[in-house]
Amino acid sequence: MQPFTSLTSALIPVPYNDIDTDQIIPARYLKVTDKNGLAEGLFARWRYRADGSLNEDFPLNQPRYHNRQILLAGDNFGCGSSREHAPWALMAWNIRAVISTSFADIFRNNALKNGLLPVQVDKQTHSKLLALTEEELSSPQSFAEASAMPWSVTIDLANQTLILPDSTKAFFPIESFHKTCLLKGIDSLGYILEFSGQIESYEWSDRAYPFGVKKL
Amino acid sequence: MSKPKTLFEKIWDSHIVAQEPDSPAILYIDLHLIHEVTSPQAFEGLRQRGLKVRRPDRSIATMDHSIPTQSLSLEGLDELGAKQLQKLRQNCAEFGIKLYDLNDPQRGIVHVIGPELGYTQPGMTIVCGDSHTATHGAFGALAFGVGTSEVELVLASQCLIQYRPKTCQVVFDGKLPKRVTAKDMILALIAQVGVGGGTGYVFEYCGDAVRELNMEERMTLCNMSIEAGARAGMVAPDDTTFAYLADKPFAPKGHEWDRMLEYWRSLPSDEGAHYDKKIVVDVSQLEPMVTYGTNPGMGIPISQPIPDPALERDPDRRTAMEKALNYMGFQPNRPLLGQAVDVVFIGSCTNSRMTDLRQAASLIKGRKIANGVRLIVVPGSESVRRQAEAEGLDKVFKEAGGEWRFSGCSMCIAMNGDQLKPGQVAVSTSNRNFEGRQGDGGRTILASPLTAAASAITGQVTDPRSI
Repeated sequence: MQPFTSLTSALIPVPYNDIDTDQIIPARYLKVTDKNGLAEGLFARWRYRADGSLNEDFPLNQPRYHNRQILLAGDNFGCGSSREHAPWALMAWNIRAVISTSFADIFRNNALKNGLLPVQVDKQTHSKLLALTEEELSSPQSFAEASAMPWSVTIDLANQTLILPDSTKAFFPIESFHKTCLLKGIDSLGYILEFSGQIESYEWSDRAYPFGVKKL
Repeated sequence: MSKPKTLFEKIWDSHIVAQEPDSPAILYIDLHLIHEVTSPQAFEGLRQRGLKVRRPDRSIATMDHSIPTQSLSLEGLDELGAKQLQKLRQNCAEFGIKLYDLNDPQRGIVHVIGPELGYTQPGMTIVCGDSHTATHGAFGALAFGVGTSEVELVLASQCLIQYRPKTCQVVFDGKLPKRVTAKDMILALIAQVGVGGGTGYVFEYCGDAVRELNMEERMTLCNMSIEAGARAGMVAPDDTTFAYLADKPFAPKGHEWDRMLEYWRSLPSDEGAHYDKKIVVDVSQLEPMVTYGTNPGMGIPISQPIPDPALERDPDRRTAMEKALNYMGFQPNRPLLGQAVDVVFIGSCTNSRMTDLRQAASLIKGRKIANGVRLIVVPGSESVRRQAEAEGLDKVFKEAGGEWRFSGCSMCIAMNGDQLKPGQVAVSTSNRNFEGRQGDGGRTILASPLTAAASAITGQVTDPRSI
């Protein structure tokens, strides 16, 4: 897993509530047997028009938002299908963090296993971030082109802190286990295999279903 | 006397293999269900690390998501879809996993065959790379969906790394009115709590209305727990559960049955057990439910008008409603009743079992579906298909003008070519009405098999109580 320590980037706003994983990557892109080519399917229904042309209104299609690594989404991001293709597609687009007021459980788990950081902020911070993206749009283009910095935020995972352009800080929660794994790039398979001895004992114990009858 | 425990706690506690301080639990998984879409990268991961499947005997695979339902042949499937199915065959052969292959008489949707073959049992932990795994919670199992990385973890170690979720008791009080079903119960719950309302929780469904449901109806109820954001949904096992299991091929037999039955009877939540949250739904006044928007939480009783976003105080929710109505092309304050329908889909892991097909057929029998409406009925498994055919249900649907298919996920996920055309409106017994879920530009109204059947007959959204 790619480690995650800190990240500074301006935001890509897709600020709808309840963005489901069918929108993050539609089912027709799930026929792959590897993880290649998923960037093409990211938000495909919103990025492309019915005739297959690019929808220029959608942020990911606008040059301004290229090369940005933080997505700003609405509440309950990643609900619906368990497809891990959703975080894979976001990562394939080089997005490394999603900021929202809440995340669906399975998406959050999948993201954490891939080094994609779910940053959960309070409603007030979320509104400030949203205002920031709107402010950017109303500023002269030349200013934005000169530097994306005025609109950038920094995510500091070690301190679980999101730093806004005005230097205000917002704390975000993350379980200590996941934090350690992300900071050090530890993958969960390596971790779980260290318990092989205990798993073996459990399987032979009378606690294991169906209780002391190990069927092999 | 030890501390009273909930059903969830009993299962959770008995499956903890290890837990380091300040760390999640290493949770043992009794049954791992596998299908073609979310597993290839997991098997590839094992191969790259030179690992084996730890318990192939606890792993079962089937083909359901992308298979054709018009014939049991890979011909006609696109190259990628066919390759994915071939890959599953290859992976199961290489790693020694039982596969219910395309032509296996017991193949079907993963959440239909697990229970009907008796793999799914009370007290188990069950996972699958599919969010509707909660279906198996109907038996008093802890069953939940996982991603492909977790599929790989379970293949390699038979365990998962899990933080303990919170528990929520969902009580369905009262007696369910006629022609109002388990599907309407769960749609009503999701409409009440919202699509994120269950995040972080495991639901335990209790109450008289739940006890009255047969196992297939309980599966419908648990199936859509994820649509409220819940990690899992469960129903405590009882005599209904045991009667269902008794003759299933992989259920315990003889002395083993007696031993397991004694354990299963100890599983229901103890008197005074603590839940982190409680929700009560009175079903005695419940109506058939239909959705008007683009997530399963946007549901209304069928007699009610489509809500007006202007009356929604939360600006984000107002935006979401406006966006949904714009996509659906529906007007606020207007009834959904009478909305013209192009397609009716009866199927999916939510509503494709005998109870569902019998209910739909009971309304359709002797009638014709409306001109211009396409009715597609897709049984949940080959066993369901054969049973339905033995009862003549296939004839009922076909004589009415509908299509009768082989089993699979079909138009629920629209990966196999069964899909809506842009702009079409479908009444669907499936579980998700997300934008484009049933085909790009398609518009889905979620409903029960009875409501779907009634709507097929009239060609418009119809209250099944009016037929």
